[in-house]
This record gives sequence, structure tokens and C-alpha cells, in this order.
Amino acid sequence: MIYRESGQFKTSYQNDSVIFPIKQDRMFIFALLALAALVVPMFASEYMLSGILIPFLVLSLAALGLNILTGYAGLLSLGSAAFMAVGAFATYNFLVRVPGMPLLLALVLGGLCAAAVGILFGLPSLRIKGFYLAAATLAAQFFVEWVLTKFSWFTNHSASGVISSPPLEVFGIALDTPVSKYLFTLAVVVVLALAAKNLVRSSTGRAWMAVRDMDVAAEVIGIPILKTKLLAFAISSFYFGIAGALYAFILLGTVDAQAFDLHRSFQILFMIIIGGVGSILGSFLGAAFIVLLPIVLNLLGQLLHGIVSTQFLSNLEMMIFGGLIIFFLIVEPLGLAKMWQITKEKLRLWPFPH
Amino acid sequence: MNPNRKIGDVILKAENISMSFGGVKALTNISLEVREHEVLSIIGPNGAGKSSMLNVINGVYHPQEGKVTYKGRTRDKMEPHLAAKQGIARTFQNIALFKGMSVLDNIMTGRNLKMHTNFLQQAWYWGRTQREEIKNRKVVEEIIDFLEIQHVRKTPVGRLPYGLQKRVELGRALAAEPTLLLLDEPMAGMNVEEKQDMCRFILDVNDEFGTTIVLIEHDMGVVMDISDRVVVLDYGKKIGDGIPEEVRQNPAVIAAYLGTSH
Ligand SMILES: Nc1ncnc2c1ncn2[C@@H]1O[C@H](COP(=O)(O)OP(=O)(O)OP(=O)(O)O)[C@@H](O)[C@H]1O
Ligand SMILES: [Mg+2]
Repeated sequence: MIYRESGQFKTSYQNDSVIFPIKQDRMFIFALLALAALVVPMFASEYMLSGILIPFLVLSLAALGLNILTGYAGLLSLGSAAFMAVGAFATYNFLVRVPGMPLLLALVLGGLCAAAVGILFGLPSLRIKGFYLAAATLAAQFFVEWVLTKFSWFTNHSASGVISSPPLEVFGIALDTPVSKYLFTLAVVVVLALAAKNLVRSSTGRAWMAVRDMDVAAEVIGIPILKTKLLAFAISSFYFGIAGALYAFILLGTVDAQAFDLHRSFQILFMIIIGGVGSILGSFLGAAFIVLLPIVLNLLGQLLHGIVSTQFLSNLEMMIFGGLIIFFLIVEPLGLAKMWQITKEKLRLWPFPH
Repeated sequence: MNPNRKIGDVILKAENISMSFGGVKALTNISLEVREHEVLSIIGPNGAGKSSMLNVINGVYHPQEGKVTYKGRTRDKMEPHLAAKQGIARTFQNIALFKGMSVLDNIMTGRNLKMHTNFLQQAWYWGRTQREEIKNRKVVEEIIDFLEIQHVRKTPVGRLPYGLQKRVELGRALAAEPTLLLLDEPMAGMNVEEKQDMCRFILDVNDEFGTTIVLIEHDMGVVMDISDRVVVLDYGKKIGDGIPEEVRQNPAVIAAYLGTSH
């Protein structure tokens, strides 16, 4: 998009505090939303919806959660999937154990359970930082997995430990088609993304970043360190919890602890590294990248059929991942979102750079 | 003269403060008083314990002995967030800005204690939160104008030159509208022009808002110029305390400090 803010002068702080200050950005977002909500459902194939868009939306939500915790509050976590599992299993139990429980309420309650567990595992963050905190969240990962497989109460005593989701409906509308599932997921993700954007541009978000950047100075300003960190754990885990429930009910149709293993936690971490640490947009870019990369490689494989083996292609995927993560960590720690911003800044000066 | 500038009663009193790190005695039995609306400078050679003294005052360090009385309440140890709540703001010797945030956000963060909406209201944003943001933004913009940093308001602080960073840090402290402002070497590493600007800002704050200022500074010219009173530390001990003229003539001070640096 080749546009700039020239000519758009902010004449009041109210104008400067709107969510997307540049008019074209605002229009672009509205157009994108209209496209996603109105046009896509009419034309997208079932594969497009269930194979690409729903996974993209659900993973974006998880990436948003981790970006709040790691990107904004600076607390590294390797336990994202554990909190997703808590959300998924809690939502399931609310649905099957409470007669007449509406799906939306069960989702929110599931998210709150995840938030509570998040607070619990966030308590050590007052004392430990960085690598050691990551190790503590790793403990959450293994502990939650163990509890959910060990105690059959959580899986409603099903023999295999895998449970299929009950029929879902929202406001009397059954979520039984890819389109209805897609629209529901889209609505949840849009609302939560907006809430995240609002949080990070108000005093809570500034407190998170202050604690992340210089905790002594934050304390001297009067920011309560532990409360700020725990709030980050709670809110990010709430996002994980909702993402986990959507992952289980909407995407897989089953609730299975193995869907939320360490591999999933790393996948979410990679999404924010590639997309952009400390960026709402970056959460979406990272998720899009992770969902699209295997698909693109697959297409490439079909084109090159017979020339390269599928074995090679799946190895290639790992190699591209590894390479990109090293690239972003070293060259552009702020990810795709930052590269996009730099491109915009360059375009602003174009064609007359200094 | 501005009525705010009339030096008032003792607002902060430190009594018999002693503090050591391992074997190193950073402060030995130090007592000092800060009076309302004054500019008090703490001077002394490197390692004299000046920064430690500031850290004790706002609770970043807890001394092994002694007590601090601030606004009539005596404590064995101050806590940083309590100090902030009661109107103490400060800057650090090594700039302690929030590197990933813009100038505007850094100074806005300084107003954290003035913001009262909860996170649910903030997630919704429209209404109370937006009004609160705008109200505080106006105050922050006044500070930005005052410090003449309008042109960099949206720049990430990490990209600013050193002198401007020091100014932003002062801005962040001012944003809290403090009664007592602690400045740890606000002019260190600056050229003459930057120092003059900084002196002007400090004196203006003191003059216009009556803010009490305790500052650490090595440049004797500056100290003698802007201070109402000077406290001299050497090897963790207080060796001088008085108006600049007295301190300048104090033989112990001349021996310990002025003698060596001039
Ligand atoms: N956190 C700390 N841990 C260990 N020793 C410390 C600590 N802070 C201060 N000290 C020691 O206390 C003594 C006084 O240090 P302080 O920083 O207060 O001096 P200063 O007067 O501010 O010096 P400068 O002019 O170099 O800033 C020094 O010997 C220093 O090494
Ligand atoms: Mg010092």
C-alpha cells in the first residue's frame, strides 16, 4: 500500500488516539473485515475454510496470547499449549456437566479457568526471569498434560482419553457447517484482537512494557510489578484458553490432550518470533506464515512431482523454519510486522531518500 | 519572587543512615534534611555514596541503620512504590528509560498513578478510558512543550541522542507531578549548551511548581549556581552541609573535593 499520513493533521488528541490513526489503514481494516465476513463465506471452498482460514484464526488468537505475555510484558513462556489445554478441557466439562450451558458462556468460563492456572504458574515470575522463567513454564506444560491424562474425571471417564465435542450452537444457530464455524471463530478473534489492541495502547499495556524494559524504573514510578506480571499471565492465558477451546471444538472436533503438547507451545513461540514480538499485527502475520508455509511447499511439491521426494519437502519445511527463526532472532527480532513498518517508512521518503 | 519559592519546613529528614554492601561501607551515619521548595545538591567524589543516598530516600535501597521521615511519617525503610504514591519521583544516573517505547509513551507511563480505569474498561476503551487517555495526554503534551521535545514525541527513545534521553527521563519524572524530585547527575555527559538547557528546566520546575529538588552533580559551577544548599559526602561520610558559600570555604570540603578537582 503506497500511502502516507501526509495532509492528515491531527487537530485533537482524540483524533490522535483513535485505534488506527491513518485513514487508509482504517479503510483497509474495514475492507478486510467486510471481505472476511461477507465475501469469503460466499466463495470459499470447504478446504479453504477448514484447512486454512479456521486454523489461521485460531492460531492467531494463541499468538496474540503469547504476544501479550512475551512481547508486551517480556515474560518468556514455553507453556502456551498447557493453558490452551486447560481452556479446552474446562470448556468441555462446563458443556457436558452443566445442563443447558450456552457455548459462549462455557468458552468464557473455560478461558477464566485457564487464566486462573496462568496466574498460579505466573507466581514465580516475581523472582525469576528469562531462561529460568521459561523453565518454570515448561513445568506447567508437563504438569497440565500429566494431570489431564492421569485423572479420567477431566475426560468424563472416556476410555481413550479422547473425547468428541458435543453439538455446538450459538444463539440457537447450530455450528455444524464450515461456514458457520468460520464465522463464529472470526467473530471471537476480531473481538479479542480489538480488546488486545485497546489494552496495549492504554495504561495496562504501558505498565507491561515498562516492566519488560526496565523494572526498577517501573517500580519507582509506582507500577506494582507482581500485579502487572500476573495480569499479563491471566489475560494471556485467557486468550490461550479460548484458543484451545476453539482448536478442540471448532477445528479438530475432539478434545485431546495430545493436541496441546510441547510442540504446539513451540509452534506458537515461532509464530510470534516470525510475525513480530510485541505487535498485534505480528501475531496474525506469524500465524498466516505458519499455516501457509506447508501448503505452499506442498503445492511446490506437486509442481516438482518426481523431481524431488516428499521426504525432501518435509525436511525442507523444517529447514526453512529453522533458518527463518535464526534469521529473525539475529537480523530482525521484531519480525515481519517490523519489516512491514520499515517498508512503509521507506516508502514515505520514496522517491527522495536522504 | 514566586511565593512557591519561599523555602518552607523540613519535608524529608534522614537520620543516622548507615549502609554497606558486603564489606564496603557506602554510607556511614549520615543525617540530612530537605526543606520544602529548595534545591539541594549532593556532591562528592566518585564512590562517595551520593547515588546510594538517593536510593535510600526513595526506597530502592534499604539501609541497615537509620530512618527516613517524609511528610511527617517515619519509616525504617521506604518502598519505591510508596515513595511514588507520596510524590517522590526521580531520574537515574544511568538512563533508565523504557527503551522499546516512544517518548510519548515513556512520559505517559510516568502518569501511571494518575490513571484509574481497570483493564476491562481499557479493553473496551471507548468512554472512560479514552477520556482518561486524552486528559493525561494533554498534561504530557505540556511537559513535552516545556522540555522542547515536540519533534521527537513519537520516536522510540532508544534512537535518541544521549542528551535528549536525559530530558525525556526528566519528563517522565515530571509527569507524576512530584513534590520531591530526585535527580541523579541529570547533566552528566552533556555539552555546555545542553547543561544550560537542563539547568533552566530544573530551575523553572522549582520556580513554577515549587517542586523540591535534590540533585547530584559534579560540575561545581552548576552546583554553586543553582543550589540553595549543598551537602558534601566523602567516603560515605558527610563532611559539609550549608549554603554554597559556606561549603566553598569549608576546609574539609576543599581538601576532599574542590582541592582535587580544581
Ligand atoms: N548495588 C550495589 N552493590 C554493591 N556495591 C554498591 C552498590 N551500590 C553502591 N555500591 C558501592 O557503594 C559505594 C558508593 O556508591 P555510590 O554509587 O553511592 O557512589 P556515588 O557517590 O554515586 O558515585 P559516582 O559519583 O561514581 O556516581 C561504592 O563503593 C559502590 O561501589
Ligand atoms: Mg552515583
